[in-house]
Amino acid sequence: MHNSETFLSASHIVKRYAEHTALDDVSIEVQRGKIFGLLGPNGAGKTTLIRILNRITAPDSGHVVFDGHDFAPEDVARIGYLPEERGLYKKMKVGEQAVYLARLKGLSTQEAKQRLHQWFERFDIMPWWDKKLEELSKGMQQKVQFVITVLHEPSLLIFDEPFSGFDPVNAELLKREILALKEKGHTVIFSTHNMASVEDICDEMALIHRSKVALSGNVAEVKKRFRTGKYELVCVGDEQLVDTENYKVLSHVATDGVQRYLLHKAEGLTNSELVALLAQKAEIRHFSEQLPSMHEIFLKTVQSHEE
Amino acid sequence: MKNNTFIVIQREFMTRVSKKSFVILTILMPFIFAALIVVPLWLSSIKDDAQRTVVVVDRTAHYLSAFKDDKSYRFVPAAAMLPEYRSDTTEVEAVVNIEANLAQNPKAVKIYSRGEVSADLLSYVTNVLNEQVRRDKLQAYGVHGLDQIIEDVQATLEIGTVKWNDEGEESSSNTHIAIAAGFLFTFMIYMFVMSYGGMVMQSVMEEKTNRIVELMVSSVKPFQLMMGKIVGVALVGFVQLLIWGVMLAVILSLCSVAFGWDVAAMSEAQGAMMAGAQGTLPTMDTADAEMLMALLNLPFAELGIMFVLYFVGGYLLYASFFAAVGASINAQEDSSQFVMPVVLIMLFGLYAAMYSVENTDGPLAFWASMFPLTSPIVMMVRIPFDVPLWQELLSLGLLYGTALLFVWVGARIYRVGILMYGKKPSLREMLKWLRYK
Repeated sequence: MHNSETFLSASHIVKRYAEHTALDDVSIEVQRGKIFGLLGPNGAGKTTLIRILNRITAPDSGHVVFDGHDFAPEDVARIGYLPEERGLYKKMKVGEQAVYLARLKGLSTQEAKQRLHQWFERFDIMPWWDKKLEELSKGMQQKVQFVITVLHEPSLLIFDEPFSGFDPVNAELLKREILALKEKGHTVIFSTHNMASVEDICDEMALIHRSKVALSGNVAEVKKRFRTGKYELVCVGDEQLVDTENYKVLSHVATDGVQRYLLHKAEGLTNSELVALLAQKAEIRHFSEQLPSMHEIFLKTVQSHEE
Repeated sequence: MKNNTFIVIQREFMTRVSKKSFVILTILMPFIFAALIVVPLWLSSIKDDAQRTVVVVDRTAHYLSAFKDDKSYRFVPAAAMLPEYRSDTTEVEAVVNIEANLAQNPKAVKIYSRGEVSADLLSYVTNVLNEQVRRDKLQAYGVHGLDQIIEDVQATLEIGTVKWNDEGEESSSNTHIAIAAGFLFTFMIYMFVMSYGGMVMQSVMEEKTNRIVELMVSSVKPFQLMMGKIVGVALVGFVQLLIWGVMLAVILSLCSVAFGWDVAAMSEAQGAMMAGAQGTLPTMDTADAEMLMALLNLPFAELGIMFVLYFVGGYLLYASFFAAVGASINAQEDSSQFVMPVVLIMLFGLYAAMYSVENTDGPLAFWASMFPLTSPIVMMVRIPFDVPLWQELLSLGLLYGTALLFVWVGARIYRVGILMYGKKPSLREMLKWLRYK
């Protein structure tokens, strides 16, 4: 089904805690150079899965393959992680702690300093190098945190709720940087319960609900799977459309000789067949299929599992 | 990734050592301690310059002559208790009222005063009267010249203590010096384990509450992080000890210049004494000389090595405990439940050490210096008194065995605890964490 290469695959992951099962036979595949959205309501098991993919905890059973080999301790140097709970050393100087964290990811002090200078210049935070973190504004702290995440140029980036807590300006900046990272060939896992951001930037997705994968696949394909069969049609002309065996008119508004319809297509009819049929009847200005938003899909899936 | 522990150690060490407060406190600490000992002594030695008046009302007229004026008190005879002694304008500090012959009625004396009767006045009056009563009683036996006889039979003995070593040689020892040395080391271990263990807990909690720990464990194994902290903080402790050692050496050498002590000559004199010759030192009287010699005779190498071994073992044990506690709790206030029992155990150790001094080979001393939670504290007071080697080895073996167990258990709790937020875990939950994969 996918012609691109798998970068990371987790198969049949099970993780139990004393009182509950956090992950129950969860499998995901992340494609190289793509952005993978990990969705799910709070408490579904996303954070546990992310911790397993960061080697912070080990699964009770299941298997992770990282870039073609069994997941190994050294691989963490190739992962950049932006946790949902952000935090740095408040009393430590910004530059100093960035170098420290970079060294823990395997960079030399020299290399870390050099790269940090570039990033700090780029984000306009160079003057804050020798300031304590607590002296920085929230927005600046977030920039520092982002720089620390990507500094060692990891093959895999894991962002847990990246936009939460970021102000709109920084959120936009972050989005741009994430897309830029993808362009450079980095693989990104993106965990969120904000469905809109998934539509914007994710290529693939998995929806985790109640410790299981409820839905997964290519974002476009998933949306297709949840087609509602509803179409928007705008045309000019006086003739009015009525229900036929091929489509039903759900609503109709006419203003200044412009007709707006909401149609429901009969099953078994392709889009082009529908357009052809409609073109015979009216002068088409606009025709579009109403695809459900990820938000709707999310709610629908979650609800269908609740029932 | 292997040198990550080293990077963590480096940071833990550098952030502490480079703090101004560390530098200042390290330099000031010996002075503060010296001040804590010296200042109260000094304060108590200061007497009021003013000579106070004490009125002696002696109805027997027998004891009055025994009271001699000194720098602090002037004793004034009076015939009766006057009301003016009670007034608040009086110059009179106290009134000693003797109503009858004390040899027959020991309770016939009282001291009246507007304020609390000062301790030295009370003891002076007691001594004077006791002595007089004793003489009177002796007199009553009617033996001629008894006074001289009593005087004659009273002897002041000075008992020197000499220790035989394995080679059968003699060396002068001084029990007080040995006790003091033992206490110094005991107290240092107690202080260090408490304060540096606490520092480890603080550092763990800081990372947890700052929420940086999740980022940390995505690059460093929790065990590396914990050990990095424990080792880093321990190194800070060693640096502090080293600085104090250097300061002590400098101060001692300054003293020796200032007071003309000659340590080299001392050891020669000691050698001479060993050979049986009565070594007399030109600049010092023999009591001082003996004291210094006893000091030099302490098993310094043994004390030093044992101090380091017990320090490391005890610290490792308690620091891993503190690390586990710091990882499990979410707020400073929650720590007391776990820390209290441990502080009590350590306090018990300190008291056990104090009582062990009286009988360094007794059962309390023995068992408390075997029990790993108290042995680092108690054993240090015993070492100046020559502990059998097998006891030292057994105690160290138990201590290090337990310390490693604590490190293992601590690491397992730490690993889970640092990522657990929310309510304070119960001990049962923490035991469950041990089994997590």
